[in-house]
Amino acid sequence: MTHITPTKLEAMRKEYAARLTQPHIRHLFICGGTGCHATGSLKVKDALHEEIAKHGLEEKVRVVETGCNGFCALGPLMVVHPDNVFYQKMTVDDVAEIVSEHLVHEKPVERLMYKDPQSKKRVPLFSDIPFFALQKPWTLRNKGIINPESIEDYIGREGYMGLSKVLLEMEPSQIIDEMKASGIRGRGGAGFPTGMKWSFAAQNDSDIKYVLCNADEGDPGAFMDRSILEADPHAVLEGMTIAARAINATEGYIYCRSEYPLAIKRVQIAIDQARSLGLLGENIMGTGFSFDISIYQGAGAFVCGEETALMRSIEGKRGMPIPRPPFPAAQGLWKKPTILNNVETLANVGQIMLNGGKWYSSVGTENSKGTKVFALSGDVNNIGLVEVPMGTSLRSIVYDIGGGIPKKRKLKAVQLGGPSGGCIPEDHMDVVVDYEEIAKVGAIMGSGGVIVMDDKTCMVDMARFFLEFIQEESCGKCTPCREGTRRQLEILERICEGHGKPEDITLIEELSEMITASALCGLGQTASNPVLSVLRHFRNEFEAHIFDKKCPAKRCPALVEFKVIDERCKKCGKCAAVCPVGAVEWQKKEVAKINTEACVQCMSCYSACPFDAID
Amino acid sequence: MSCCSEEISQEMWSEVDSVIERHRETPGALITVLREAQDVVGWFPQALIEYIAKGMNIPASDVFGVVSFYSLFSLTPKGRNSIKVCTGTACYVKGAREVIGRISGEYGIAEGETTEDRRFDLEGVRCVGACGLAPAMVINGDVHGDVTADSVLKILEKYS
Amino acid sequence: MSTLELTINGKGYAFTQGETILDVACRNDIVIPTLCHLKNTTPTGACRMCVVEVKGARSLVASCTVPASAGMEVQTESPSVVKSRKMNLELLLSSGSHDCLLCPASGDCRLQDLAFKYNATGKRFERTKPKYSPDVSNPFLIRDFSKCILCGRCVQACKDVQVNNAIDYGYRGSDAKIIAKCDLPLGDSDCVFCGECLQVCPVGALTLKKARQKPRICETEAVRTTCAYCGVGCQMNLHVKDNVVQMVTGADAVPNHGSLCVKGRFGMQFINSPERLTTPLIRKDGELVPAEWDEALGLVAEKLGTYKAENGADSIGVLASARCTNEENYLFQKFARAVIGTNNVDHCARY
Repeated sequence: MTHITPTKLEAMRKEYAARLTQPHIRHLFICGGTGCHATGSLKVKDALHEEIAKHGLEEKVRVVETGCNGFCALGPLMVVHPDNVFYQKMTVDDVAEIVSEHLVHEKPVERLMYKDPQSKKRVPLFSDIPFFALQKPWTLRNKGIINPESIEDYIGREGYMGLSKVLLEMEPSQIIDEMKASGIRGRGGAGFPTGMKWSFAAQNDSDIKYVLCNADEGDPGAFMDRSILEADPHAVLEGMTIAARAINATEGYIYCRSEYPLAIKRVQIAIDQARSLGLLGENIMGTGFSFDISIYQGAGAFVCGEETALMRSIEGKRGMPIPRPPFPAAQGLWKKPTILNNVETLANVGQIMLNGGKWYSSVGTENSKGTKVFALSGDVNNIGLVEVPMGTSLRSIVYDIGGGIPKKRKLKAVQLGGPSGGCIPEDHMDVVVDYEEIAKVGAIMGSGGVIVMDDKTCMVDMARFFLEFIQEESCGKCTPCREGTRRQLEILERICEGHGKPEDITLIEELSEMITASALCGLGQTASNPVLSVLRHFRNEFEAHIFDKKCPAKRCPALVEFKVIDERCKKCGKCAAVCPVGAVEWQKKEVAKINTEACVQCMSCYSACPFDAID
Repeated sequence: MSCCSEEISQEMWSEVDSVIERHRETPGALITVLREAQDVVGWFPQALIEYIAKGMNIPASDVFGVVSFYSLFSLTPKGRNSIKVCTGTACYVKGAREVIGRISGEYGIAEGETTEDRRFDLEGVRCVGACGLAPAMVINGDVHGDVTADSVLKILEKYS
Repeated sequence: MSTLELTINGKGYAFTQGETILDVACRNDIVIPTLCHLKNTTPTGACRMCVVEVKGARSLVASCTVPASAGMEVQTESPSVVKSRKMNLELLLSSGSHDCLLCPASGDCRLQDLAFKYNATGKRFERTKPKYSPDVSNPFLIRDFSKCILCGRCVQACKDVQVNNAIDYGYRGSDAKIIAKCDLPLGDSDCVFCGECLQVCPVGALTLKKARQKPRICETEAVRTTCAYCGVGCQMNLHVKDNVVQMVTGADAVPNHGSLCVKGRFGMQFINSPERLTTPLIRKDGELVPAEWDEALGLVAEKLGTYKAENGADSIGVLASARCTNEENYLFQKFARAVIGTNNVDHCARY
């Protein structure tokens, strides 16, 4: 194998950087993330190739399938470079028009451009779309502008330059100092300072040490790690290799959910490419340092996001957490010193090394530095991946970047941190992205799932949803989590079904206290956060369910009786059309009526009514 | 080689053999072996678990412990088409429960069950990371986005 | 080296590096209740019953896994500890059919003891219907999953102590169950019925078969003896009532440290068997007829003497029994070599 030298790497960087910036070549960056694949981006890509060939434009246009662009709800999407034009929701039928109008006649196709939900106007330029304009893409710096299956593209974007610097110019202790200076904290959710974590493992002598990457993104509503792996897999490999150098590790694993086949495929391609260039494996860049990475696919267990469980899983065992100490920095995988970092954390490492810890820490709040990637979803106009500087307010994320709540509904709460996090209500929306500030309002930073909920959401039902999740994902080892969360779920189910008892709130609180204080692992210790945050911010909804036997949001079928508000009914009959059980009586020009005996509370009519006439 | 199981053909056994052969020497490879073996056989009949245990030199109780721990592994036969409805938060908020309800009603299977004709099996799965398309559903690996209780049956018609 | 010291309930205790809080407490006769802790195995921290309060800690800590450290201030029965343990017990008690009145383990049950101590009932929660039916498929023991608290001691006993690897945790969350191979009944599994699991079960989930035809263990008197099945010399307790050996447990001593095998634990019915031989038998005219010891031994001596005289000493071989003690076997080979004059000595354990 030929080893790439630092000089050769620099030469490659110049060559490939130039390729990306040649003015006479147009780049069509078509999104190839999971979301866009699902909506047909591959077919559009094939059609583009065909059409470009038809017009003989092969020399002038380069079609690049990128990783997840982030604006998943509008897929398939494409950015035309250097024109800076953004196209959304493309179909195969649109391709001919794009090629002949835009690429041949230089007239961008307006009807496929982004439409601002407020002003209803088309926004031609990618950089003018608020969703993108307000973000600070550091971790996602290569998102949508490189081919993730091309190491050349990555090198053209300063890829592996951080590693090159580390190997040639820095001692392992300097790497750790730089990480400490950056102030970066674990992006998996708990926020432990990464530099400190590395320094613990560096102190422990051992013939074998491991660097693990946690890509077992399990929080429902979180897809940051998937997007990073799909869009920029080399960044993660580079980060792991630098980490390995810092602690003197020789082997690494990326523990990835098997539900992410595309991410796995691209990471594997990246590993093979890095190996063939001598950027992974024996004697990296000829410096004598050796480190290799393999992918370990999970098999579907949320608890394997917990570090000790993840290590047991790589050992081929049941993913049941074990008590700490001993901490993984001393005895981790196969009882050897191990560090485990999240995908997002690792993706930042190369840039931190290249630009310095000081550069990274120039952005953010006092104790939370840099940027954070969030997966914005739920009841919000712009669903997708967003990266903002620490210190940005939630309000800004939801309204400025997210474009607010659809259908003119009201924001009720934002769920942060998944099953370990909490719901933050509307009146706390000015809280800023910062580990400590978010904890103060009863949630956690978490891995980055932000689920926006409008006023149709029942918060008691949300608490039940998360407990159901935890309960199903509990490994069953320790009593508080196995039995305690089951009891909490049982109580919440009975509340949602209208059988809540007056003492139930106290009982939930007592259980929460005990589970939080005595569960074995982080999953159990934080399992009560969602229900506690709902109790804290939406206690009245709990009380309405228990004492008034009412679900204010009309989500809990057992507590809802649907009826038509005669004055609002415009006699359109949509409710009757959608009712699956024929419980809506309606005749032309007549007000509809719901037969409560026959109604199965499926909510179809409620959702279908354009006039909010069903309550 | 064991060949007394009706569910597993000779070809399957030899594929399982090569899976074991490939990973036998790798420490911690049990989960990988199980994943690849399930790709071959589709699920885990008792004979397969015992066979893998023997091949990997791991107690059969441990192998069963692992199979029954991870939700990817199935102890019952699956349908020809596997319907996985995402029940992540974003999909839940946007009506995944109703989607599952409609499928259950139409095909008479609850979550985790397979239709009698083995046409479909239905699972509510953890977030598939396609929140931008919520509610999302994966059938045999194809992701379908913006599925509603009304549109889901139409999608399923295509799979026989 | 300066002495390391921590305080437990306000009093200082010395410890050595590597000891857990529980180790220090046990050594000083401070009782911290446990359900899952199994001596001589790696603590699993599963039951969370041994939680204690440590000043400055974010939450309660499991004393079985947290190492003692200098200056640590531990409270073993603080209000928050007691509250947590009580809730823990309430959860366990409501999770299955913990009917002490009908349970063979009553009087020998840690859950029962702790429920009494912490005044816990499971009545605040709905009682869970048992998910798994009992396994009665083998001649020795019953696995009643409705009484299992999933402490995992049986799994450790099987894997780490006896190294039989017959059982493990199966499924997960509230479906979790202790399983044998493919979740088959024990009788169809790799189990060799050493009964180690039975002995370490802190509740009534693993009990002897036909328990209702026997007294409960708390009604019996333990008589320490040495197992007579083989030469290892395992120490055991015979649990005796009405001069009948009702059950056997391993005694925590050299050489077996509490462990036994299937014979030692389940093979002692012969003691009270009506078919047991009480006198020597001599075959006369094809019939075995009871005889006196003197007559029988005289006959053996006479015959051996005749064979030796007619065919030489090496025409005789002796086969000793593994059920004799080492001392008895020693005497027997001495008898063969010195009295008979042959080296044809062997032992049933070789077959």
